[in-house]
Amino acid sequence: MRAGQPFFRFEWLVDNADQIARRVGEQLYITLIAIVVGFLISFALALLVRRYPRLAAPFLGVAGILYAIPSIAAFVLLIPITHLTLVTAEIVLVSYTLVVLVRNMIAGFRAVPADVLEAADAMGYTNGQRLWRVELPIATPIIVAGVRIATVTTMGLVTIASLIGHGGLGYLIVNIGILRVFPTATITGVVLVVALSALLDFGLALLQRRLTPWSTARAA
Amino acid sequence: MSSAPAGTTEAEDTTREATAERPAGAPSGAVVALEHVTKRYGPPGTPPAVDDLSLTIGAGEICVLVGPSGCGKTTTMKMINRLIEPTSGRITIAGEDVEALPAVELRRRIGYVIQQVGLFPHMTVADNVAVVPRLLRWPDSRIRERVAELLDLVGLDHASYAGRYPAALSGGERQRIGVARALAADPPVMLMDEPFGAVDPIRRERLQNEFLRLQEKVRKTVVFVTHDVDEAIKMADRIAILQRGGVLAQYDTPDTILANPASDFVEHFVGADRGLKRLSLGRVRDLPLAQPVIVRPGDTRADARRRMADDSTGYALLVDGADAPLGWIDERDLTGDGPVDTESARPGAPTVQLETTLRDALSAMLLSSVQLGVVVDERDRAIGVVRVDDISDALRDPGGAAPSGQ
Repeated sequence: MRAGQPFFRFEWLVDNADQIARRVGEQLYITLIAIVVGFLISFALALLVRRYPRLAAPFLGVAGILYAIPSIAAFVLLIPITHLTLVTAEIVLVSYTLVVLVRNMIAGFRAVPADVLEAADAMGYTNGQRLWRVELPIATPIIVAGVRIATVTTMGLVTIASLIGHGGLGYLIVNIGILRVFPTATITGVVLVVALSALLDFGLALLQRRLTPWSTARAA
Repeated sequence: MSSAPAGTTEAEDTTREATAERPAGAPSGAVVALEHVTKRYGPPGTPPAVDDLSLTIGAGEICVLVGPSGCGKTTTMKMINRLIEPTSGRITIAGEDVEALPAVELRRRIGYVIQQVGLFPHMTVADNVAVVPRLLRWPDSRIRERVAELLDLVGLDHASYAGRYPAALSGGERQRIGVARALAADPPVMLMDEPFGAVDPIRRERLQNEFLRLQEKVRKTVVFVTHDVDEAIKMADRIAILQRGGVLAQYDTPDTILANPASDFVEHFVGADRGLKRLSLGRVRDLPLAQPVIVRPGDTRADARRRMADDSTGYALLVDGADAPLGWIDERDLTGDGPVDTESARPGAPTVQLETTLRDALSAMLLSSVQLGVVVDERDRAIGVVRVDDISDALRDPGGAAPSGQ
């Protein structure tokens, strides 16, 4: 921060509106990929656990170990293999989503009451019909709760990926704000990350209510 | 039940034991036969859960499987719709081997009701009932009609229940929806695993009565599992008593089992009060129904007194605008002028239904201050009263209430 400069410069926002918008888009894009890929991997793992319940412990164990690796180290360790690409960023981000997504999906399937499963079988649902029409709908609140946590966590982590050039709003926070000692950019980035996280979280909460009208239904 | 009691038509008085021979009102159920069925959960050599069980259940009959825990009664039931596959032996429905069809297709033809009901919490009442018709790909219009018909059949108003979720229902309502769901595709066979085990005794009695009334209309072949001997005696056309290890101890009508237990095990299992239990074979409908003096709020005391003149009970029955009983009014509280004092009514008149067993009716009457049972119909309207004396009279009269097996 050069002497005599105000702490927060609004005109910077106006001058850099394009770049800020681009970084917001990038932030959302990187987060979305991480959540979608993490969701698909977790879903596949949860289906395996549904079939072979003994796999739950090893899957959760591995996801927990991945989560324990410091994120900065993870980015750096991958550079020799996947270089400074978006893939490097996504590998780390996806790994971090697994611990909450896998756990919540397994918990979601386990939350389906035994009598409901028995009734579903006795009604003549095939295995696939039981999964899609009974188990998944009932597991939805717990699965969506996991997605909400994973989304907010990933939004924060994306900014660290600015170290390898794929940081979304992290570029404003770190590359401009911290490295060039320009607080306006840092503050802008942080505020936007928090606001976007809150917005996504709220949107997912609404989605969950739309998907599961029954979970809030009580005596009329 | 040789003497048809007053107040019931011949159709209502159908003796359930005779269903197998009755061509009129033919059962929609099918014969279920178990032939030398064995189920072993462990490797060969381990003691079986069900051991060489052979059992033929007549079309349209209620067969109750009863026995202590570990007797294999639920295992036996679940082998019929192949939720459990037998180790050896054969099960047929209407002569057809249950192995002949893929399991899911077989199950769509067999109704299933369990204690916890297992309603799908994410589906409305209408969608729950429509599950099997949808699996069978019925057209939507037919499904809608069927759902409305079934809710009506189990006594729930379609307009107010169809759109509700199970979380918004009482235990008794859930159980009725469970029965409606099981009946949805009009299966010839119903399997029921302790279906009324999770509700309180009063509601349980009502649900039992409701189901018996329903069964008179639909005539399914019902395999009913319970550990409660009294429930077995009440619900069964035939009782199969199983003992540990899935061995059939006796298979006969409730009356024969009570009168002539086949072994010490059976005698011990049905209990020392066999004589009293035979009361469970008679129904309130077997008793003469007396008409009490009915008083409604707003009636004058003078009018009530005049009508009580030739009544020997000393009590008038207070009912509300919908004929539902509110309590008894003592003759002595009817002196003076003005309207009947509804505050003086003794509350807690025990209500019974035509399907209530004499045992339950007696028990209810003995516990109340006025030893009269108010008989109500399925809409809770008072239709008559029965007295404790009527029950003892029925017991003395060999041609009367307690139907004799031989």
